[in-house]
Amino acid sequence: MRERGNHPNRRGVLKTGAAGVALASLGFPAIAQGKKIKLGYVSPQTGPLAPFAEADNFVIDGIREAVKAGIKIGNGTQPVEIIVKDSQSNPNRAAEVAADLILKDQVDLMLVASTPETTNPVCDQCEVNEVPCVSSVAPWQPWFFARGGKPEVGFKHTYHFFWGLEDVIAVFTNMWGQVATNKSVGGLFPNDGDGNAWGDKQRGFPPVLEKQGYKLTDPGRFQNLNDNFSAQISAFKAANAEIVTGVVIPPDLTTFWNQARQQGFKPKVVSIGKALLFPVVLEGLGDAGHNLSTEVWWTPSHPFKSSLTGASAKELADGYTAATKKQWTQPIGFVHALFEVAVDVMKRSKGAGERASILDAVAKTKIDSVVGPIAWGAGPVKNVAKTPLVGGQWRKGGAFKYDLVITDNKTAPNIPAGGKMEAIG
Amino acid sequence: MTGAIDTILQGTLLGGLYALFAAGLSLIFGVMRLVNIAHGDLIVLAAYTAFLAVQLTGIDPLSSLIIVVPVMFVIGYALQRGLLNATLGRGILPPLLVTFGLSIIIQNALLQGFSADSRKLLLGPFETASIPLGPDLAIGWFPLLIFATAVVVIAALQALLHRTRIGRAFRAVSDDPETARLYGVDHRHLFAMAMGVALAVVSFAGVFLAIRTNFDPAIGPARLLFAFEAVIIGGLGSLWGTLAGGVILGIAQTVGAKIDPAWQLLAGHIAFLLVLIFRPRGLFPRAVD
Repeated sequence: MRERGNHPNRRGVLKTGAAGVALASLGFPAIAQGKKIKLGYVSPQTGPLAPFAEADNFVIDGIREAVKAGIKIGNGTQPVEIIVKDSQSNPNRAAEVAADLILKDQVDLMLVASTPETTNPVCDQCEVNEVPCVSSVAPWQPWFFARGGKPEVGFKHTYHFFWGLEDVIAVFTNMWGQVATNKSVGGLFPNDGDGNAWGDKQRGFPPVLEKQGYKLTDPGRFQNLNDNFSAQISAFKAANAEIVTGVVIPPDLTTFWNQARQQGFKPKVVSIGKALLFPVVLEGLGDAGHNLSTEVWWTPSHPFKSSLTGASAKELADGYTAATKKQWTQPIGFVHALFEVAVDVMKRSKGAGERASILDAVAKTKIDSVVGPIAWGAGPVKNVAKTPLVGGQWRKGGAFKYDLVITDNKTAPNIPAGGKMEAIG
Repeated sequence: MTGAIDTILQGTLLGGLYALFAAGLSLIFGVMRLVNIAHGDLIVLAAYTAFLAVQLTGIDPLSSLIIVVPVMFVIGYALQRGLLNATLGRGILPPLLVTFGLSIIIQNALLQGFSADSRKLLLGPFETASIPLGPDLAIGWFPLLIFATAVVVIAALQALLHRTRIGRAFRAVSDDPETARLYGVDHRHLFAMAMGVALAVVSFAGVFLAIRTNFDPAIGPARLLFAFEAVIIGGLGSLWGTLAGGVILGIAQTVGAKIDPAWQLLAGHIAFLLVLIFRPRGLFPRAVD
């Protein structure tokens, strides 16, 4: 309140008219110099989903450095402000902070990442408030269909890039094809958004597996944070399952895998989504994590580079390890790519405050990002652009305790494979 | 037949884990009628204390209890003396609200200090070693250790309550704090001691949880529900009852899961409801309450 004298109050402006306006420009010199581009970013920095956002600070610091000179719009340069909000892993909170970014901060472009619990409420807010939004790091089906998207109409203001369920099914079955098994598969599908989608009898794993001659044993949906998998293990044993698949959270994978080994259940292949994304989870398994397999969206060996900084995937990952002393994780590439899209869009738009031109620029995006080419229009639906997905196994004995080795690239041959599938010993 | 035996065995072992989660809660409620919403987060705090001890000194997770138990005891004493004592005697709501706030504070402090990474303590081959009992029947050594620890911990608490001077004082303040005070018992110190003992027990739950599976700062509250159910099934204030409650909950869940994994939690909750309907005070309630 100390600065009150410098700012115009309402009555003063009304009274003195033009003098008041002059005073205002004294109080806010930024207005005189030009507009500022505001990018809003929502991610789950705290709560159960926080591992996805662990690298956010590193990535965003890099982006701020890259755009510190501002973005050239027309004849002038507009500075860029990135406003970061935490969803606390809570969909309601995500919607709330998105509304704040839209209404209070008046962001020009919204960015959101990591799991449908974060992307969906934020995108819904943007759709309602007609703010352009780019989203990522959630399979596209739960992003599109769970928000009531109709394939023939699509959404107007919200765009998404990632892979879909069809890709993960293809990747997993390709990996299994490399190992000689009896084709008996045990499924671990929890009672959550991902589990229900993966285990869905029409759109999930079951129909594809049946077509390819696999026999699926799906004992049923279970609650997350399960302390006891003995029922599933005995069902898998009874079916003589040599492959286990599913999409579970890290603690459940560890409980299942330790209990399976206690009970003498030894499948040849274990391909699990979600739980095996982060290397710390593998480290927690001791030696028992060797050759567990998972879907791979991004690694330092992906042959792509940033359109913004020119850094290769490897340089980006090495930068993270150098800055944090931690092993790279897959979200690094995608969060970086999200800001690549944002900067590219703003460069092609009419700048701050021009939402219509920004939306138009989003729709016409065509860049080669650090996660691969991103362009809307050729995807399964209007608002979805797909990025490549391959499969990999975690192996011991590399630069880190566990290294993710790409073992199947049939779905994206331009991404080099680092080895062949090996059965779990 | 083997299937049925396996189900009961696994359920009993699971019950040991739940009883261990619940023992501290049961003790605190028994002595000072405090419902501790932060109990799950205190288990996670113990897990992180063990994690830190293992990281700093390189000892194995089980030996880390030598460090974790005294540290948690001191935390418990200080917590009760400095904060929770002030909430007692003003109805049921203040302790509930304060421990609820404490739960949020612990979660966020752990998140700041340890990041959101999912952690685990490693015990090597022992984690997955088992005793084969038949062609399709095996008992894991580690679950057995958890169960045995639960029994020993509860027996020790029982002995503490009924065979020692401080135990008699615990029971005295629990039965009638006013009269106990007339006899020169300092209830504030006693309550703090009880919380210290409870958190020493929580240390075992935390370390076993951390060896059993991954933990992260946000995982605590999920552990609270089963602990509550075990305490209530067994009867408020009864320690052996808590063990029985844990085992009943574990077996109910395992049997439910056998029918359909979706029924695992439901079966546990149904067992809990049935006990509430037919024995509202639990299976083994304390005589006077």
